[in-house]
Amino acid sequence: MKSLLQVRALSRTFGSGKRALQAVKGVSFDLAPGEIVAVVGESGSGKSTLARLILRLLSPTEGQMLLEGQDVQRIPLRTYWRSVQAVFQDPYAAFNQFYSVQRLLQKALTLFGPLPTQERKARMHLALQSVGLEPERILGKYPHQLSGGQRQRVMVARAIMLRPRLLVADEPTSALDASLRATVLNLLKDVRQKHGMSIIFITHDIGQAYYLSDRILVMYRGEVVEEGPVEQVVEQSQHPYTKRLLSDVPRFHG
Amino acid sequence: MNSLLAQLLSKGRFRVSVAVLLLVVAFAVLGPMLDTRNPLFAVGGRYDPPSANAILGTDVIGNDVFLQLMHGLGTSLKIGLIAGLVATAIGVFIGTLAGFLGGVVDELLMGFTNVVITIPTIVILILLSVALESRTLVSLALIIGVTSWPWTARAVRAQTASLRVREHVDIARLSGASVFSIILWEILPYMFSYIFMAFVLQLASAILSEAALSLLGLGPDNTISLGKMLQLAIQGEAIRTGAYWAFLPPTLLLTAISFSLLLLQSSLDEVFNPRLRRA
Amino acid sequence: METLLSVKNLCAAYVQGGQRVRVVDGVSLELRRGEVLGIAGESGCGKSTLAQVLALLARPPLWVEQGEFWLDGTIYHLAQEHRLSRELRGCKVAMLPQGALNALNPTARIREIALEVIRAHQPKTTPQEAYARTQERLERLGLPVRVLEAYPHQLSGGMRQRVVTVISTLLNPKVLIADEPTSALDVSSQKAVVKLLRELLEQRVIEGVIFIAHDLPLLRNVADRIAIMYAGKVVELGPSREMVEASRHPYTKALVEAVLVPEPYIRQRRVEGIEGTPPDLRAPPPGCRFAPRCRYAWARCRELEPPPFGDKERFAACWLLEGMSA
Repeated sequence: MKSLLQVRALSRTFGSGKRALQAVKGVSFDLAPGEIVAVVGESGSGKSTLARLILRLLSPTEGQMLLEGQDVQRIPLRTYWRSVQAVFQDPYAAFNQFYSVQRLLQKALTLFGPLPTQERKARMHLALQSVGLEPERILGKYPHQLSGGQRQRVMVARAIMLRPRLLVADEPTSALDASLRATVLNLLKDVRQKHGMSIIFITHDIGQAYYLSDRILVMYRGEVVEEGPVEQVVEQSQHPYTKRLLSDVPRFHG
Repeated sequence: MNSLLAQLLSKGRFRVSVAVLLLVVAFAVLGPMLDTRNPLFAVGGRYDPPSANAILGTDVIGNDVFLQLMHGLGTSLKIGLIAGLVATAIGVFIGTLAGFLGGVVDELLMGFTNVVITIPTIVILILLSVALESRTLVSLALIIGVTSWPWTARAVRAQTASLRVREHVDIARLSGASVFSIILWEILPYMFSYIFMAFVLQLASAILSEAALSLLGLGPDNTISLGKMLQLAIQGEAIRTGAYWAFLPPTLLLTAISFSLLLLQSSLDEVFNPRLRRA
Repeated sequence: METLLSVKNLCAAYVQGGQRVRVVDGVSLELRRGEVLGIAGESGCGKSTLAQVLALLARPPLWVEQGEFWLDGTIYHLAQEHRLSRELRGCKVAMLPQGALNALNPTARIREIALEVIRAHQPKTTPQEAYARTQERLERLGLPVRVLEAYPHQLSGGMRQRVVTVISTLLNPKVLIADEPTSALDVSSQKAVVKLLRELLEQRVIEGVIFIAHDLPLLRNVADRIAIMYAGKVVELGPSREMVEASRHPYTKALVEAVLVPEPYIRQRRVEGIEGTPPDLRAPPPGCRFAPRCRYAWARCRELEPPPFGDKERFAACWLLEGMSA
């Protein structure tokens, strides 16, 4: 199968000289269309930096990324962001508190250049409906009028409205209650089902990675230390760090 | 929004400062409308004490001090407003660009800012007064404004740098927004209260700068201002001759204005900046 | 087992702008000597407010409306005693707060912070005495003594939280109230903090812990018993294992089902979250507060509030359990 995204020896260093910090060190992996890959690691493992590199919010110090075989450096940013979108950790911070949901969505649609009002409206409605929200009730709302779960749904709606090929979900559930996490993860599952979108799911919670993804990359100090299908990584982990991570997860049953 | 206003109104400091400022502005705006005499026209002799003819007496050249106070206050406020707006605008422009773009741009702009901080306003004024035929109210205000923005720029830069990493800024970038659009729509709204407070401080300092410069003889030509009244009083030896009415009213007015502006700023700060809020 | 602390019929409300929102509503709990009691629930269920009240830290706009507080043989009426003696707060009941970084003064070394804490209750302590005491405590708990010379920011998040734990128990409080002490930490540091708490209990430095968290798997491991709170009320209580494996209240069941752990069963089915949001406590629904989100709710649930069914060791407040004896 042809890869959607190929990441080749990607590195990013912050600062220089003695205080240089290599947040991401030579990360390589392939992502197939429609695949969900989880990047698991604790804070400081470089997983969020990797997310920002893939989103091109940050440029790599070294390495290369290919989107459908094309070097991403050759793709203009606005075009790239039509194919690659994001959902972030804190659904409150991701909103500009001064603007309504409608404005948030309309701004995202400007990526497609001028669209007829009718089409803009249709796209916004469709996206909100597909995450289980009622457009008429939500569009005029401001972030403080929405619950945490609703806010994260709106952010997912914003992303899928743009019909990207790849969605980078950077800890999309860690600011949410446990009772809401499954709901948001199910939403991501359904999005993949319906639109065939690939998802890179960044998380510190191996349980969530296990539930949602097809493959897992375990990151430790900027490097991918283990990679493989979910069952293999969780049930027969090889690397000592992965083993420790799994043994430190509290047992729930038994 | 209403709750913010209610919080402000519940603060004594806010009410006092706003009341004083409203009185001051009313005096400067309504005064000259009610009394249309020319303030630069002598009405009596040298240092006539307060009387029915001139309720605050006359100055060294026989002008009515009360009339001069009304007009001089207007000039001082105008200079303060123009200089404050100019300084805030430049400061916000440079501060947001440096804070948002970071890197080389940040270093260049902040280097430039630090250079401007070290240039005393007076040097520029002396040079300009040699170069210019006459100093008008507007040119003086511009000079004050153009030399006093660096502090605002630094503060705004720090705020911008901390706002820049917020997730909604990333979301705006991912929606294809340009740098200027992000600064305008994602950064500035979050700093609005902060910028307004910076403007209040700039206003206070510009009014005092005008007074200081005028006192040194570098004030605006062909008009009267609070600073120029003080300059005349000092040159005319009002203190030695005991003509307190010539220097006390402008001094008190300047004190009242800057004190109430600072008071206003601190009460705004307490409401807008939750960390300072007392439990 | 012997009761160490108990509260009866505790009600606490936020009062602001003439509006009264009762966020802790008739809570009765018992903590036994040597026990860790877990309290879980969604954000906004009142668990953090309960922590503040139990740690005697309630201050306006939070008011304790009523409630008996029984600690080690003495009864206090929380609503009347606005200023409970210093003796009680910090000495007998101590709070371990949510974010350790915010709790520590960033400009002071750990040993200075420890001194400050001890002096707040024993003003005559010399720096040498305080240092020796803290050092001894760290050694006993197997933590490195060099942290005493460090500033908070020089420690990792996990170490910082352990140091805060040690400092807040320096005065040997009987009860430690831990409010989400590990939710900002990764699993490995979480485990270390939990181990430290167990160590403190075993060494009799503290005699009981109330551990508040939204993370059920964590509570399952750290707590002996778990109480589930919903919209200001305790809806179910029981031994940890039973709460997870044989929960009775539909809300507890839903919480347990929504848990995502790396155990094979979760990949074999679709895990459902709980639809809807907790009720607005300014106008709580009549009847059972969970009824609007409950898939088993029937007419009675929407009209009458269910009393706890079972006994005080194991109960759940749900009409489905009526007639069942524990």
